[in-house]
Amino acid sequence: MEFLVHARDIHYQYEDGTKALDGVNFYLFPGETVALLGANGSGKTTFALHLNGLLQGSGEIDVCGMRVGKATLASVRAKVGMVFQDSDEQLFMPTVLEDVAFGPMNLGMSRMEAVVKATWALGEVGMDYALDKAPYHLSAGEKKRVALSGVLAMNPEVLVLDEPTTFLDPPGRRSLVHLLRKLPQAKLIITHDVNFAMALASRAVFFEKGKVLADAPIDEIVRRFDWTAGYDTLASDEFLRYSAQRRF
Amino acid sequence: MHHVILERWAQGNSPLHLRDPRAKILALLAYLIVLATTPPGATYRIVTYAIVALAGVVMSRLPILSLLTRAGVVLPFSFTFAVISWFGGEHLRAIALVEKTYLSAVAVLIVSGTTPLPALLRGFESLGVPRVLVSVIQFLYRYLFVISEQAQHMRLAAVCRGGARKTSRRDRFQSAAGALGVLFARSYARADGIHRAMLARGYNGHLPVADAGRFRIADGVFAALTILVLTALRTLPY
Repeated sequence: MEFLVHARDIHYQYEDGTKALDGVNFYLFPGETVALLGANGSGKTTFALHLNGLLQGSGEIDVCGMRVGKATLASVRAKVGMVFQDSDEQLFMPTVLEDVAFGPMNLGMSRMEAVVKATWALGEVGMDYALDKAPYHLSAGEKKRVALSGVLAMNPEVLVLDEPTTFLDPPGRRSLVHLLRKLPQAKLIITHDVNFAMALASRAVFFEKGKVLADAPIDEIVRRFDWTAGYDTLASDEFLRYSAQRRF
Repeated sequence: MHHVILERWAQGNSPLHLRDPRAKILALLAYLIVLATTPPGATYRIVTYAIVALAGVVMSRLPILSLLTRAGVVLPFSFTFAVISWFGGEHLRAIALVEKTYLSAVAVLIVSGTTPLPALLRGFESLGVPRVLVSVIQFLYRYLFVISEQAQHMRLAAVCRGGARKTSRRDRFQSAAGALGVLFARSYARADGIHRAMLARGYNGHLPVADAGRFRIADGVFAALTILVLTALRTLPY
């Protein structure tokens, strides 16, 4: 099977000199769901922002057969849908319908086509009752759903979700899991919520200091790094070594 | 929040609510021009303009007292300049300044209280207002609420850590300046995040044009009649 996303030797340094990515290699197959795990500041989000060219470091990234670069940015961004951690940043138009129609209109659809597409996308996430609402009147869960539908309306092949469970209560998280399971797209989930990741992903990639430390089935990664939400588990030798290095 | 109240008002179904935003904008523009061009001392004319504004309030079925009180928000600013004119010996000009700014505020509130902001922006855009300006208003309106919420959180955090206790004016000024700086930095970071989210959905420097809807005959009649009446009130001798 061909890779849907293939990143090779990605390096990136922020303007202040922080080395955020240091030789990251990554692949994603069509329909696959992969979790990006790792401590805060380990480079997960920085890497994800490379997938649709929002950040551009050195190395090569292919998305749906296209090399990510200036010439392909518009096409790549139509293929990689990003759902950001803070939905308020993603919902910037005055009404829900206009916000979801924003992406399709940027793809060149007419106003009417974009509205039809947006209405469909809102229906997919169960938010078609809020077409004319202002985004700031929505609950956190509703905002997340609308943000997701704004991306779905662009027919992406890859969904990148950055901390999708932030601000969501347990029922909201469960409902998001059900929703994401229904969606056929390949998914890349950046999260600290291990239960959420385990409910959706089959594979996990563990980041540390801008490098991929491990790439394996998610159960194995969680066990190996003791990456659980519980506080009463005994730390494994690997976790103790890891935490001693990080000194947290 | 002021704009949340306006939004609630805009959900009504009075005859004014039903009019196309473009018709209301044109009528408002005519009203503001008529007000601005009326010379100081034309008391009767100002009274007739006030009657027109009151008729607008009644037609809009908005809460009269609340609207008239909210329009008073402009008075401190106009009073400042009115006082300067008064002490400069231009008494009529000072009075006219206060009257005109207050009536302008009432007219603006009638239009913004009977038109949902998205529709109002579409109206502005289709009347040829530069899209950059419309976008700025749109973003300001959308994020005013978020930023004010952030400011409230910061204030609460300060109060929780004893920020409300009696300190010297200098200390209070310093902490307020610091909080303002942080709020500015956060707003900047949020703007960066919003821009990134826009780029991720294909933004290329132009916000898509929204459909302004159909301009009906009744809208045309309303705009024409209002402009006609206002022009008559402004030009006819009395």
